[in-house]
Amino acid sequence: MTTAIPVTTRKDWTSDQEVRWCPGCGDYSILAAVQMLMPDLGVRRESTVFLSGIGCAARFPYYMNTYGMHSIHGRAPAIATGLATTRPDLDVWVITGDGDALSIGGNHLIHVLRRNVKMTILMFNNQIYGLTKGQYSPTSEVSKVTKSTPFGSVDRPFNPISLALGAEATFVARTHDMDRAHMQETFRRAHDHNGAAFVEVYQNCNVFNDGAFADVTGRDVRSSMLIPLVHGEPIRFGAEGERGVVQRSDGQLEIVNVADVGEDALLVHHEAHADPGLAFALSRLASGPHEPTPIGVFRAVERPEYGEEMSRQIVRAQEQRGVGDIEALLRSGSTWTVD
Amino acid sequence: MATGTKHVTEQLERVVIRFAGDSGDGMQLTGDRFTTSSALLGNDLATFPDFPAEIRAPAGTLAGVSAFQVHISDHEITTPGDAPNVLVAMNPAALRSNIELLPKGATLVVNVDEFDERNLAKAGYEANPLTDESLAAYTVYEVPMTSITQEVCKEAGIKPRDAERSKNFFALGLVSWLYTRPIDPTLKWITERFGNEGPVAEANTRAFRAGYHFGETAELFTSNFEVRPAPFEPGEYAQVTGNQAVAWGLLTAARLAGLSLFLGSYPITPASDILHELSRRKEFGVRTFQAEDEIAGVGSALGAAFGGSLGVTTTSGPGLDLKSEMIGLAISLELPLIIVDVQRGGPSTGLPTKTEQADLLHAMYGRHGEAPLPIIAAKTPSHCFEAAIEAVRLAVTYRTPVILLSDGYLANGAEPWRLPDLSAMLPIEPGFASEPNHVADDGTPSFQPYVRDPETLARPWAPPGVPGLEHRIGGLEKADETGNVSYEGHNHETMVRWRAAKIAGIAKVIPALEVDGEDDAELLVLGWGSTFGAINAGVARARDRGHKVAQAHLDYLNPFPLNLGEVLRRYPKVLVPEMNLGQLSKMVRAEFLVDAKSLNKTQGVPFLAGQIEDAIMELLEGEA
Repeated sequence: MTTAIPVTTRKDWTSDQEVRWCPGCGDYSILAAVQMLMPDLGVRRESTVFLSGIGCAARFPYYMNTYGMHSIHGRAPAIATGLATTRPDLDVWVITGDGDALSIGGNHLIHVLRRNVKMTILMFNNQIYGLTKGQYSPTSEVSKVTKSTPFGSVDRPFNPISLALGAEATFVARTHDMDRAHMQETFRRAHDHNGAAFVEVYQNCNVFNDGAFADVTGRDVRSSMLIPLVHGEPIRFGAEGERGVVQRSDGQLEIVNVADVGEDALLVHHEAHADPGLAFALSRLASGPHEPTPIGVFRAVERPEYGEEMSRQIVRAQEQRGVGDIEALLRSGSTWTVD
Repeated sequence: MATGTKHVTEQLERVVIRFAGDSGDGMQLTGDRFTTSSALLGNDLATFPDFPAEIRAPAGTLAGVSAFQVHISDHEITTPGDAPNVLVAMNPAALRSNIELLPKGATLVVNVDEFDERNLAKAGYEANPLTDESLAAYTVYEVPMTSITQEVCKEAGIKPRDAERSKNFFALGLVSWLYTRPIDPTLKWITERFGNEGPVAEANTRAFRAGYHFGETAELFTSNFEVRPAPFEPGEYAQVTGNQAVAWGLLTAARLAGLSLFLGSYPITPASDILHELSRRKEFGVRTFQAEDEIAGVGSALGAAFGGSLGVTTTSGPGLDLKSEMIGLAISLELPLIIVDVQRGGPSTGLPTKTEQADLLHAMYGRHGEAPLPIIAAKTPSHCFEAAIEAVRLAVTYRTPVILLSDGYLANGAEPWRLPDLSAMLPIEPGFASEPNHVADDGTPSFQPYVRDPETLARPWAPPGVPGLEHRIGGLEKADETGNVSYEGHNHETMVRWRAAKIAGIAKVIPALEVDGEDDAELLVLGWGSTFGAINAGVARARDRGHKVAQAHLDYLNPFPLNLGEVLRRYPKVLVPEMNLGQLSKMVRAEFLVDAKSLNKTQGVPFLAGQIEDAIMELLEGEA
């Protein structure tokens, strides 16, 4: 028997705990976007779980009036795998950051993506370690001067979208904390995806890395610096849509003036390509958030979901052998009787 | 059938046989088959598979020698035997690496075909031991196992190179004749395992029969032997290894608790067979997840536990190191979780295939902060079944991770097991939370995840899915009762003490430590884990020599049984044999201020009964 999903408001999804991020943190707008989206997703509070690791972003579950777990550094995708595969009735969200997901938890992230376990992963990327007060992160730009790199960092950063595509994630998207509508649409798509959905959220850390994304997300520059990816549409941007993306004869992508090449020459975005190659090329279009940067859904393909496959094997075994009988199990090898 | 010499069949009370050969020679399989026939015959038995970490070290070298020791008897035994009566050596390397174990007068059966110059050199022999009188103290039978196997297979059109692989079945056939084992179970097994037809089944069958007939017809053996059935309690018996028993215990416990079983695990020797066994039992509804690493293994199990499943992870020492932080989280979350640690020699990669008991202090203290958890140790292969069920019962009842300690010796060792009466087993009650447990000042009902049961001090287990019970938990310290984040010092101390008291309180429900022996014994031997068999046999020998010796064995390492202190103080002397440098002895000395003497062995092999006996005698008579 199913009962109708109760009508809720943002308030119902808000816990009684005081939010303790720094004033002005981008996390507030992401939290608001999620809390306001939940009533529209057609889901129940009691069937929703927010899981996190460690970091500023990881406090997120405390602020949601759902089931939640604030776990240990980097491990939320592993914990979520156990939960999601055993409880397919639940909506499992993983809230993580660039350090949590790509540094200490990098191994779990790539494996959960390749396996395609049903969960929605929101990775708040602020390109810095905030909770430990300002060390460089695996997404910080080269030469970043921080407390732990007073002479500038020498590590090359990860591009999270490229990494997720390389792990053959079935859903990969990017959004940013300055645009609630875009966040909500992206989160909704990620939530509705049957598998592991990975969303990179550009998030401003106003204390330790203020303005990291201002070159592309600022209100005044957004139209010329963010390239919206829309399935089935030519990829173009600019206030008048005057710029666009083409694929050259050597296979490389290039940003051009639409007037120079004509509208028909523009690359049409197709998020469901079986081959992630073009999505990967799009993820490499900008070398950092200072150049025109694609946002939206890079890839959304269908592939069997891990937990469903796991359950299917159980059902098949029970059909073929009957439901397991312990008495028979203990006698499955050689047995003998002593009178 | 050719007419051979009429043999005399002699009665033996017990015999210890050791099969040794190259890793590729199938010695584990040979030993295993001999064990099964003996079990079916009704002997009591104990086995000790002893193999290298390398899958196939260079053929013929000492590094590649794999051995399987089995002890069969017509009375109750608890060890695989201190010394073999018979060594079957398939090549010079097997002879060289095992001959030291063989007492003078013992029997040696060698595959003489392999004693050529090349193999002798590989084993480091300068002269052929079969001809230089160095084996004069033994009864040596030189049997051309390879060539006879090739000969009998040739008739079936099997090439010599293929036939050569069946020589272990020749050895099995020969030893089966020597100890009057029935041949039908093995012939049937060959058919089941290798198919009805085909060259492999044919070669193995021919080799096995040839070995058996060789014993009967070759005028080499003057007699063969019979070891009669042991007087077992009436009932149905199966032969079981420790890893198998852990897997079956977990399936049974899940059934008793009405929970679905989730195993998150990463392959590691010697624990992987638990993962293998559960993976092939999907009809029981068990979900097995081969994780990307040890941390994800335990993490996924904890996630499953949060969702209301029975979460289990299996590992060995290096994996336990990696899981420590997640186990700490489970202690903080107060969720049921089972960690099975099949111990092996350490530190680091150590001795992957060799046994040790050196993870006790790690299990006890190997986490930061005050992080207590219950520890249960299995003592025999079949006891792994009960121990696994008990671990689940404590984990579920007290909402806590539990470490179950097994070891490489128990994991791979086999023994006859009287099948338990499942209907007599008590159910395990998950007692999931189903309604709010608190009313706010304004009258609204709410759920507080850290309100404790007054009896067990356990908190509610409230998997997602129940309206009104939404709550958040985590690794940050929590306020008493509400579970909200709290950094307040006095609250932290309250929570530290709650967690300690909850685990300590388990002592109230675990059985008192039983002592085997008289109250006025001169000495108590206290053990834990797989040393049980050797201690048992060693104590029996000391008693045979006229000493009053008591024996007690701890299944619960944390908390200890309530009467342990009283038991320890009852005896003038206490001996604690362990396959480590004295971990339990350190614990009991610290806890009870008793002068427990430690007997240690870290050679990757179990204690011999004689070593226990010697230590007892030294402690009793040494000072006299």
